[in-house]
Amino acid sequence: MSDFLGIHGTALALREQRLQLLAANIANADTPGYQAQDLDFTHALGAALRPSAEAGDPIAAAAEAARYTRPSSQPSLDGNTVAGALENAVFAQAVLEYRASMSFVESKVRGMLTAITGQ
Amino acid sequence: MSNLPIFDVAGSAMNAQSVRLSTIASNLANANSVAGNPDEVFRARQPVFSATAIEGNPALAGVRVDEVRQSEAAPLRRYEPGHPLADAQGYVYAPDIDPVAQMVDLISASRSYQANVEVFNAAKELAVATLNMGR
Repeated sequence: MSDFLGIHGTALALREQRLQLLAANIANADTPGYQAQDLDFTHALGAALRPSAEAGDPIAAAAEAARYTRPSSQPSLDGNTVAGALENAVFAQAVLEYRASMSFVESKVRGMLTAITGQ
Repeated sequence: MSNLPIFDVAGSAMNAQSVRLSTIASNLANANSVAGNPDEVFRARQPVFSATAIEGNPALAGVRVDEVRQSEAAPLRRYEPGHPLADAQGYVYAPDIDPVAQMVDLISASRSYQANVEVFNAAKELAVATLNMGR
């Protein structure tokens, strides 16, 4: 089934990982010392698609490998590097990217349903 | 369902921000509560947040309220001999709460709360759309 969905299935799973990371940033906007994290999607997709001999979930491993700390845009008293407006904008964009990936997967599913039912 | 970690993260943040809003409300309500004794007077409260791992995905961090700490600042001392609670020298002790600072904190807390509500709603819509995929 993962071969059927191809790159789009992996992309959807990675988009979801990124969305979760960005949600954690927004949640920790007031936690002292918290560093904002993000996922390099291109890097993660490349790592997840490469056949790997390691055991375990390739999606989680690729997401972990592509994680990086966002450089702080302005200093703060308590060491928190989350910029509220930036994180909200990045989250909104990530939601849009998730929907785009989902529509690709959906078109594949519809194609399969058409092949099965003939309508 | 794998979307649940976002709900845990956003839910923990909304809970933490509402604790923060409650402590601000307590501080503002008691800004003028005086006492005759510096040990009995109300002290400003502030929650202490820390990042905590989420069950569904250990790589994520939610928020936890470690404790609600009372301020160590010395209470203000005012000379009011006519006050019923004044001590032997005529002084009353008032909490050192700045209403302007509390209001700024209130605005920041409610903005954070709204941002987390947006995250929660977006995650919910995506989860529902994913479930309805192909229908």
